Amino acid sequence: MSRKISYVQAFNEAVRQEMAADDTVFCAGEDIGAFGGVFQSYAGLQKEFGEERVVDTPISEQAIIGLGVGAAATGLRPIVDIMFMDFICVAFDQIVNQAAKMKYMFGGSATVPLTITTGGGGGLSAAAQHSQSLEALICHIPGLKVVMPSNPYDMKGLMTACIRENNPTIMVKHKRLLGMQGEVPEEPYMIPLGRAATLREGADVTVVGWGRMANEAVDAAEKLAGDGIDVEVIDPRTLQPLDTATIIESVRKTNRVIVVHEAVRFGGLGAEVAAQIQEEAFDYLDAPVGRLAAPFSPVPFSPALEAHYLPSANAIEQAVRDIVARPGA
Amino acid sequence: MEFSTEVLMDMHRRMVRIRLFEEAAGQLAEAAKLPGFLHLYVGQEAVASGVCAALTDDDQITSTHRGHGHLVAKGGEFRPMMAELMAKSTGYNKGKGGSMHISNLDVGMLGANGIVGAGAPIAVGAGFGNKLKGNGNVAAAFFGDGSTNIGAFHEAANMACALKLPVLFICENNEYGEFTPRDKTMAITDIVDRAAGYGMPGVIVDGMDVVAIHEATIEAKERALRGEGPSLIEAKTYRFYNHHGVQNLGLKYRTDDEVAEWKERDPIFTFEDRMVEAGTATQDDFEQVWADLRADIADAIQFAEDSPSPEPDQLLVDVYTLSEEGAAS
Repeated sequence: MSRKISYVQAFNEAVRQEMAADDTVFCAGEDIGAFGGVFQSYAGLQKEFGEERVVDTPISEQAIIGLGVGAAATGLRPIVDIMFMDFICVAFDQIVNQAAKMKYMFGGSATVPLTITTGGGGGLSAAAQHSQSLEALICHIPGLKVVMPSNPYDMKGLMTACIRENNPTIMVKHKRLLGMQGEVPEEPYMIPLGRAATLREGADVTVVGWGRMANEAVDAAEKLAGDGIDVEVIDPRTLQPLDTATIIESVRKTNRVIVVHEAVRFGGLGAEVAAQIQEEAFDYLDAPVGRLAAPFSPVPFSPALEAHYLPSANAIEQAVRDIVARPGA
Repeated sequence: MEFSTEVLMDMHRRMVRIRLFEEAAGQLAEAAKLPGFLHLYVGQEAVASGVCAALTDDDQITSTHRGHGHLVAKGGEFRPMMAELMAKSTGYNKGKGGSMHISNLDVGMLGANGIVGAGAPIAVGAGFGNKLKGNGNVAAAFFGDGSTNIGAFHEAANMACALKLPVLFICENNEYGEFTPRDKTMAITDIVDRAAGYGMPGVIVDGMDVVAIHEATIEAKERALRGEGPSLIEAKTYRFYNHHGVQNLGLKYRTDDEVAEWKERDPIFTFEDRMVEAGTATQDDFEQVWADLRADIADAIQFAEDSPSPEPDQLLVDVYTLSEEGAAS
C-alpha cells in the first residue's frame, strides 16, 4: 500500500526497514542518534535500534568513513553519514583510496558493502562550504557508485538498493527536496542502481537532469507544453554507473538534448554525458548538446546571487526554446 | 609473565620468517625482479611477531607501507606473498596490489596501505564490528611514528576511545618518517605522550624485545576485551634498511654509527642469545629453524617465478563486486 510521505521520510523508512530486516546494518554519523541528524534523516532510529546500532560519532569525517570501511570489510553493512556533501573532502582519502579501491587492489578478496549518505545541493543560502554538488568528483572514481534521487519514491527504492549493494555507494540527498511529498509504497522495494527514469515523455527535445534539476526540468517541460514544445525529461537517478543507453535512445528520438546540473559546468558530469552522446548518437543530432550548469565560481551566500548561480526551470525553459529554434539537419 | 618454550619458539619463528622473506625480497628487488616500490621491515621483526603471537586468525590488523612483516607475522604464506611481490596472478592480491597493498583477509590482515595513517580508521571499523558482533576479537592498527602526525590517526584514536572499542594502537617508532628524523617533525620524544590526550593508557616497550612486546599486547588485548577500550603501545625500534629499497642510494640521513648501534640490538640474534643463555633452546635448535625456513623461501621464489602474470582479461575484474556474488540488487 502506498501513501504520501516526504523525501526525507522515505529515506528514513528505507533505513529503518533494512535495519529491521538485517542485523548487520548499522548507522554512524554526527548528531544522528538522539537528535536524528541535522536533516532528521535518522529520526527515531536510535530509539528503535539502540545506541549500539545508531551511533553518534565525533566530528571526524575520516574516521567516520574508516569506521564504515573497516566494518564493511569484516562483515557488517554500515550506513555512515557525512552531514554535508562538502565535507566528503575532509574524508576523501578514506573514500577514494580506501573504500573504492579495496576490492580491486586486494585481488577481489574484499567486499565493501558500505553506504555513505550525505546532503548535497544549493538553494538554502548555505554559502560556499555547505551547498556544493560534487558528484563529478566521486563519479570519477572506479569502485564507487553514486545516486542522487529527485523524489520520495526513488529515494526509498534507491536507498534500499544502496544498503543491499555489495559495493561502496554514495547516496546524495538533495537538501532542498527533504520536504517534497510523494506516493511511496509502505513495503520495502528496490530501484536497481544504474537505471534511469523517464519522468516525462516527449518528441522535440530531451532534457537530462538529476537531483532537484530533474524536477526543475519537469516544471519547464510543463510550461513549454503550452507552447507546443514537447520535452522528454530523463532523470538518470544513478550517476555511477550511468544509464547511458536510456539517454542515447531518447536523443535518437528527439535529436536535441540539454544536460542540466547544479554542479559547475567545467568538468561537470554534463561534459561526460555530452561526450557519450556525440560518440553514440552524433548522426542523430540536430544541434550541439546543450549544457546548463552553474558558472565556474564558488556557491555564493547572497540569495540574490545564488538565484543567478543555480539553473532553474526558467533557465531550462529558455535553453529549450533556444535549442528548438535552431534549424535542424 | 612467563611464556612457554612453545610460545617463545613460535615468536622466534615468526621473526625469522619475516627476516628471510624481507632479505629475499630485497635481493630480488636489487636484481630487478620486483616491479614497483619495496619497503622492508628488517630490524622491526619483534614488533609484528610479538603482537601477532597474541592475536588469533579472527583478530584483525591494519598495516602500513612496511607491511610484509605484519602479514608474515599474522600467518601469511610465503608462496602467495612472494607471487604478489612479483605481480603474479597467484599472489594474494592476484598481482593487482603488490607490496604496498598486500593483504589476506582470511588471516585478518586488512591490507598494507599506501597512505600513511589510513589503516588506523579502518582498524576502528573492524574493532567496532567486533564489539557489535560480540565476537571477542580485537583489531590492532600498526603505524609508524610519522603517521601519528596525520589527522586520520588522531580521528581514529579519539573515536576508538570515545566508543570504547576493542582496538590496539601499535606504534612502531623507528625514529624516521621516511628520511626525516622524528625530532624535526614533532616536539615530543615519546609518541606514548599522545595517549593521555585520547584517554587511553600508553606504554613504551623495547621494540627489539619480542617478549616485552608480546606481554604488552596481551595486557592491551585483555583490557580491550574487558570493554575498557583501546591502548597505545609504543615500540622503540629501527629499520635496518632504507625507507624503501635496500641501499641508501648514497643519501645520508642517518649515520653509519647509528645504524651499527641498532644492529647490535638485532631483535632475532639478541633473542637467540638470551634463550641459549637461559638454557631454553640451543643454537642448533635455531639453526634448524633458519635452515627449514630458507628452504621454504627458495620454494616460494620458485613458485612465484613459475607463476603466470595476470591475463589482460583480468584488467577490469573486481573493480566492483558483481551482484551475483552476493545478495545485492
